[in-house]
Amino acid sequence: MRCGSAPGYVYWSATGEEPLAKLVIDGVSQGFGPVDVLEDIDLVVESGQVACLLGPSGCGKTTLFHVVAGLASPRAGRVLLDGRDIAGQPGQLAYMLQKDLLLPHKTIIDNVSLPLVLKGEPTAAARERARGLLGLFGLEGTADRWPAELSGGMRQRAALLRSYLFSSEFMLLDEPFSALDAFTKADMHAWFLDVVETCGTTALLVTHDIDEAVKLADVIYVMRGAPQQGEPARIAGSERVACPRAERAEFALTPAFLEHKRRVLDLLGR
Amino acid sequence: MRGSSPATDSALRHGGRPRRRLLALAAPIAIIALLVLWQVVCSAGIMPPYLLPSPIAVVRALVGDWPLLVGHALTTLAEAGIGLAAGIALGALAAVAMDCFEVLYRAFYPLVVLTQTIPTVAIAPLLVLWFGYGMLPKVVLIVVATFFPITVGLLGGFKSVDPDEIDLMRSMGASRWQIMHHVKIPAALPQFFSGLKISAAYAIVGAVIAEWLGGFSGLGVYMTRVRKAYSFDKMFAVIFLISALSLVLMWVVEAVRRIAMPWERIERHQGE
Repeated sequence: MRCGSAPGYVYWSATGEEPLAKLVIDGVSQGFGPVDVLEDIDLVVESGQVACLLGPSGCGKTTLFHVVAGLASPRAGRVLLDGRDIAGQPGQLAYMLQKDLLLPHKTIIDNVSLPLVLKGEPTAAARERARGLLGLFGLEGTADRWPAELSGGMRQRAALLRSYLFSSEFMLLDEPFSALDAFTKADMHAWFLDVVETCGTTALLVTHDIDEAVKLADVIYVMRGAPQQGEPARIAGSERVACPRAERAEFALTPAFLEHKRRVLDLLGR
Repeated sequence: MRGSSPATDSALRHGGRPRRRLLALAAPIAIIALLVLWQVVCSAGIMPPYLLPSPIAVVRALVGDWPLLVGHALTTLAEAGIGLAAGIALGALAAVAMDCFEVLYRAFYPLVVLTQTIPTVAIAPLLVLWFGYGMLPKVVLIVVATFFPITVGLLGGFKSVDPDEIDLMRSMGASRWQIMHHVKIPAALPQFFSGLKISAAYAIVGAVIAEWLGGFSGLGVYMTRVRKAYSFDKMFAVIFLISALSLVLMWVVEAVRRIAMPWERIERHQGE
């Protein structure tokens, strides 16, 4: 069976009840026409973890996310969320793209409550639920503003709240902080870990920033390949980072951080 | 106040308030100068009054025939209003259908473009032949003339939506109709209103052209009558009335646009 192919993980307990893994990407391959983009991708995100998918630009990370989000069906393989195959089915988990993609014609409250409205919740009730979370996402007092009036960091937090309201259980985040300046980014990292800790959210995050990956992730998957040059992407290896969330703020200044970074660089072949 | 500081910045950059006020007066001054020149040409006898009536004679004709003109204008406005409403409905329906089904787009978009190459004046006699002298041929002509800018504007707007936005909506399980409702239609509003402004002007002109070819009432009918009577002062009066009506209609469209898109003002301020 394919289901045990990722090294070192047990997806199901022996009794077959409690799934230990929130998300399992199992042998996924994908391609467009003659170009093979992904080859046999195996990846596991445990419940409550933040996992980072690290790799150079254009190596197929976004293609993988499209498959996981159900926007495209893979050529081969399965995507299991809580043990259920969701490949090719959109609407199962929250997906946040690189751009904030807030709708310019909706106020912040209507933007962030949109996923609830799409699910059929009445507008007033959806707004009320979203309003209660504005504080946690650092968006107090912005409910009736237009997106164009907000700073980049605030827009990104609004986009994150929208994803969170769609599904607080599992979030796919495609380079969510890459467009921000260094200071805003550092603030967002601390805040993001805080939100994840508070809400018990599981997240899979794409990044091409090694420091960001080591700083945020409980486990880093390194992806390598150059599909454009006829070399499909595969997982080169993974690196576990065992550092409590409370100590993450200072983590980057420790020797352990550099050791993780060294091993990740090795996996990247640099 | 929000947004007041960018406005002040731009005023400073453009040379401050007094200069801006002067620029706003440029158009009225030019129009008044032209009218004065026209009056001088007529009063000096350079052009005989039966060829070019003076502005004062035109105003006199406008005032003298006012009750009659109001009656004709109401007919024209009714035709234009009904035709424009039907044109918007048909144009919007066509745009949504062509956006939803690629086949329809491929099959009918060239045809839609083709309808625009047919001169309105050329099909008007046919419409009169088919539908008689009543209101119907006028409305049909206006629909044909107005639905194109609406369809093209909306389709362009739908296609301008960021594909990532559509992906995001799909990932949230949005249906095709929900994507249309929450993303595509609002995104197409600016282009829709640009199209509508053109359509509004077409509607009045289309009504007048259709009335030329036969009818019982309307500004086009009035125009034909005064032309046959060689009363060029009345001819000019009705021309001014028609262009005033078009301007008012375009202004109404602009006002509706501002109310319908309150976020646009904020974005413009942020952009400055």
